Amino acid sequence: MDFNILSAIIFLPMLGAALVAFIPGLTRNWIRGISFTLTLASFALAITVFVLFDREATGIQFEEMVAWIPTINANYHVGVDGLSMPLMVLTAFLGFMVVLISWKEETRVREYFAWLLLLEASILGVFCSLDLLLFFIFWEIEVIPMYFLIAVWGAGRKEYSSIKYVLYTLFGSAFMLVGILTVYFTTGSLNMIELAQNGVSAYASAIPATAMFFLLIIGFAVKLPVFPLHTWLPDAHTDAPTAGSVMLAGSLIKMGGYGMIRICVAFFPDIAREFSVLFVTLAVIGIIYGAAVTLRQTDMKRMIAYSSVSHMGMVLLGIFAFSEVSMSGAVLQMVSHGLLTGLLFAMAGFTMHSAHERDLRKLGGLARQMPVATVVFSIAGLGSLGLPMTSGFVAEFVTFTGSFSSGAFNGIQVFVIVAAISVVLAAGYCLWMLQRIFYGPPQEQFNHAHDADTMEKVYMFAFVILIILIGVYPAILTDIIKMGIAPLV
Amino acid sequence: MPDILYWLIFLLPVISFGIISVLLKPFVSNESKLPGYLTILCIAGSFVLSCMALNEVMNAPHHEIEVHQIEWLLIGNFNFSVSMIMDSLTAVMLLAVTFVSLMVQIYSLGYLHKDPVNTIDTGFPRYYAWMSLFTASMLGLVIAGNLLQMFIFWEMVGVCSYLLIGFWFHKPSAANAAKKAFIVTRLGDFGFLAAILLIFSKTGTFDTVYLREMAIAGTLAGTTLTWAAIGIFSGAMGKSAQFPLHVWLPDAMEGPTPVSALIHSATMVSAGVFLVARMYPLFEHSTQALQTVAIIGGFTAIFAASMGLVMNDIKRVLAYSTISQLGFMMLGLAAGGVAVGIFHLFTHAFFKSLLFLGAGSVSHASGGTFDMRKMGGLRKYMPWTYSTFLIGSLALAGIWPLSGFWSKDEILAKALENQPIIFVLAIITVFMTAFYMFRAIFMTFGGEFRGGESGEHDSHDSHGHSAHPHESPALMVVPMILLAILAIIAGFWNVTGDFGAFMGHGEAEGTFMGNLVGIFTHSALPLISLVIALAGIFLAYAMYSAKWLSPEKVGNSMKALYTLLSNKYYFDKLYEDIIVRKFLLGWVFAGLQKVDTNVVDGAVNGVASSTASTGNVTRKWETGQLQLYGLFIGIGILAIIICLFIFG
Repeated sequence: MDFNILSAIIFLPMLGAALVAFIPGLTRNWIRGISFTLTLASFALAITVFVLFDREATGIQFEEMVAWIPTINANYHVGVDGLSMPLMVLTAFLGFMVVLISWKEETRVREYFAWLLLLEASILGVFCSLDLLLFFIFWEIEVIPMYFLIAVWGAGRKEYSSIKYVLYTLFGSAFMLVGILTVYFTTGSLNMIELAQNGVSAYASAIPATAMFFLLIIGFAVKLPVFPLHTWLPDAHTDAPTAGSVMLAGSLIKMGGYGMIRICVAFFPDIAREFSVLFVTLAVIGIIYGAAVTLRQTDMKRMIAYSSVSHMGMVLLGIFAFSEVSMSGAVLQMVSHGLLTGLLFAMAGFTMHSAHERDLRKLGGLARQMPVATVVFSIAGLGSLGLPMTSGFVAEFVTFTGSFSSGAFNGIQVFVIVAAISVVLAAGYCLWMLQRIFYGPPQEQFNHAHDADTMEKVYMFAFVILIILIGVYPAILTDIIKMGIAPLV
Repeated sequence: MPDILYWLIFLLPVISFGIISVLLKPFVSNESKLPGYLTILCIAGSFVLSCMALNEVMNAPHHEIEVHQIEWLLIGNFNFSVSMIMDSLTAVMLLAVTFVSLMVQIYSLGYLHKDPVNTIDTGFPRYYAWMSLFTASMLGLVIAGNLLQMFIFWEMVGVCSYLLIGFWFHKPSAANAAKKAFIVTRLGDFGFLAAILLIFSKTGTFDTVYLREMAIAGTLAGTTLTWAAIGIFSGAMGKSAQFPLHVWLPDAMEGPTPVSALIHSATMVSAGVFLVARMYPLFEHSTQALQTVAIIGGFTAIFAASMGLVMNDIKRVLAYSTISQLGFMMLGLAAGGVAVGIFHLFTHAFFKSLLFLGAGSVSHASGGTFDMRKMGGLRKYMPWTYSTFLIGSLALAGIWPLSGFWSKDEILAKALENQPIIFVLAIITVFMTAFYMFRAIFMTFGGEFRGGESGEHDSHDSHGHSAHPHESPALMVVPMILLAILAIIAGFWNVTGDFGAFMGHGEAEGTFMGNLVGIFTHSALPLISLVIALAGIFLAYAMYSAKWLSPEKVGNSMKALYTLLSNKYYFDKLYEDIIVRKFLLGWVFAGLQKVDTNVVDGAVNGVASSTASTGNVTRKWETGQLQLYGLFIGIGILAIIICLFIFG
């Protein structure tokens, strides 16, 4: 194909970032217009990929490869398969949505949109890269815009949170870099497809493959996050601006789960299976512990942030249960969580800006002042607790079923049953949150709160439609995902 | 009948939900009755189709019609198809659900007419959207052909119940009750989910028909089967409010009364009974599971009835009565099989929804209160409500020849045969049931009117009427009359054993007229239970109408018991205050949160601050003095040389 569609998807937002940042004298409308057009274009192309994607085939599609640094065998190599394509489309969708969500941003608009677009581009790059060096570069680029988004446009302890985010991520990626280097010096290849096909364990090396596996997975474990490496997440999510939280929860932390499957599991299948018990244990701790701590939160955004810890535990569970069903469930859970938590953060941000209050103990009765937001927030909340007909249910159910019957190790059933207790806990915190915000007698101090306007309704309903579409007809995604998972199991 | 017509039974309410929520809600006012008409039209369509389906099933061989399934989700060995079972159980349930739902929707038009909350962005569109969604989910549950599909609609009815209990969401009590209902039932659903996971991992299928065959053939057996059955039953316990998960149902009365009539008496709460009936072969082949069902059911029956004795809120009396009757159904399933349990479900659906609609009607008349102490004497103002309510109560008490008599008698007979100990509990429950229902009748309709609710402040569903008792409009009375007719005749279906034969138990025998009276000649039990029920009515008459015994004196003489009962055995306190607030939130979760802040995050911050303080110390070494640096270099070289000597 002559038109390099994946490169266009990645670099259109990057072009937008450059235009917004460097063209002098742009008005706010121009800045928003450019951001809107280019993220929309990127999203439209992502949809095109989704439609043109061959659902019957395993393997990489839309591949592009250009020699980049021949001396070290590094290439500009991008492509998508059933594993990465849904995440790429999700990111393009969220990238476009956050522009709409940020439409009313007034502080330092130029920098804000530049960072936002750069962030989107780098995440897209991570999901599309098939070369380890390229992957790592995109992985690192993402830290910078996120840092500035939290530190400048954030709230609360934003300096602390942003620095914590950067240091934590760099801590993880330092190990990851060493891991990538050892893999490269062992195999002489940076091609992720080749490495996945051959397996790294087959090569003789001074460094044991187990060490390489752990070096690599630390970086991903921080990002996902895996208990006990999760404490950056509540701080970063809570203090980030709305759009930042949406990107962070919706798409960015999925890089961790994606990396685990694409690199750790694919390169070192034997070792990953060997340590299955360890990671499933961490997953179950994360699920239950995350949900328990969520129940104690009083800040709206912090509550949603902690629920992410619990939900991402399910991704880890699905990955390390190693069946086609459980891993498909894990990927589906990533997409579903991206939509649900993305929407939850968008709604939390909207409610906060409208009511000027984020403390759950002080909110109440808003259903009267903002009926549309109530409906949308409730759908997101009910999806998050795993209500059937929303994507949340399908993802959790498929993950649980797949893990329970996977037989990855003896007694995994007990782990899954313990994890399933989270469905009760999730009902507890989701309903408590909804009740605190919207139910009860209307309060006078919130009479100024306004409901969603047209632009806001557009993004809210876009999320809702996707959540319900996947919930009612999940095969639209799972048919793709299982083709990406099939070669791994 | 082509497949699509069967599917339409479920799809018609879905369509009405879709049209109301997407097309109507944004454009019609809250007072518009259009959503109501649309819902009634669609559910009437479902009802007609259900009758046709029943007819087809009756004429089909083995009373089962095959409906093609549609492949929906396929990943590896995970194969989920949308499928339907159209057998006698489905057909009976469809009939009961669509008919009661239709009556309730019509009644609601009159009931919600002057909903005080109309003024704050609620009203007909929201109400009917959710009622349609509920009916659709309930029908979806009934027709579902596999466990996963059942679980999906099982959860959907749960959420509709949540939304409808919390319909008046501005009331904190309603919001709390809604949340409580959802979480308590979810606790049971956790067991259901675990059972599905277990069953799927052992058999690789969700399909109900296969699973039943496997249980019968013995390929699914042993501890797996027992655990699976108990898991399924725990789901049923949540939805059907069986002890110890019964606490949510009385609180659910915070919802509008027609909602209680449809969801919390006739349909959703009986879903648990339906679920056990649907998976009955799994229970049948596990003695422990069947015994569990019998014990829980029998205990719940008497346990809930005892609380019903002392309630002053007419809806709460009915709520405890519902829990108790659901226990009866479970007992019937365990002791006598599907036909016995489901027959009581079928008759109960009509007379219990009738009683709730009657409660709504009297509350309508007495200014919105549900407190029976403020009612009284309504018989002369509301003749229709009175007579239908009386019919419902007689049916519930099990008085010959009304429907409740026939269904309850069968349960008692089977219990006596198979579970003699539980039979004793059941027969005491019969007495209590008759007593509390007629206590309610005498308090509400007998004596003189006691003023009702004077103001309309924060009353339940205040209709803004000051207390001038009056008969309800025809829109409300006609559904009650239709339900009353069914409360009388529904039991006749099984007088000759026709219903049992239809459900696959035994053969029809005898003639209708012969059995109608002949039932008393076969054994003494029907007569005994009838006498016990009449004794209960008589005691209620003695205490609340003739006043030979003063209720206060009786209450005082058994002070401790009375307090225990009116505090509902302190279960709410145990669950909410002690387990949830003190133990879980206050201790376990709070502890985990402390761990998170101090240990997990504390370690991270500790590393950061120790790095910073190390930096603060080492920074001082960078003095810029060459001599000092030279000294460090010297020490370093010396150290290397020593190391080389030792390890080299």
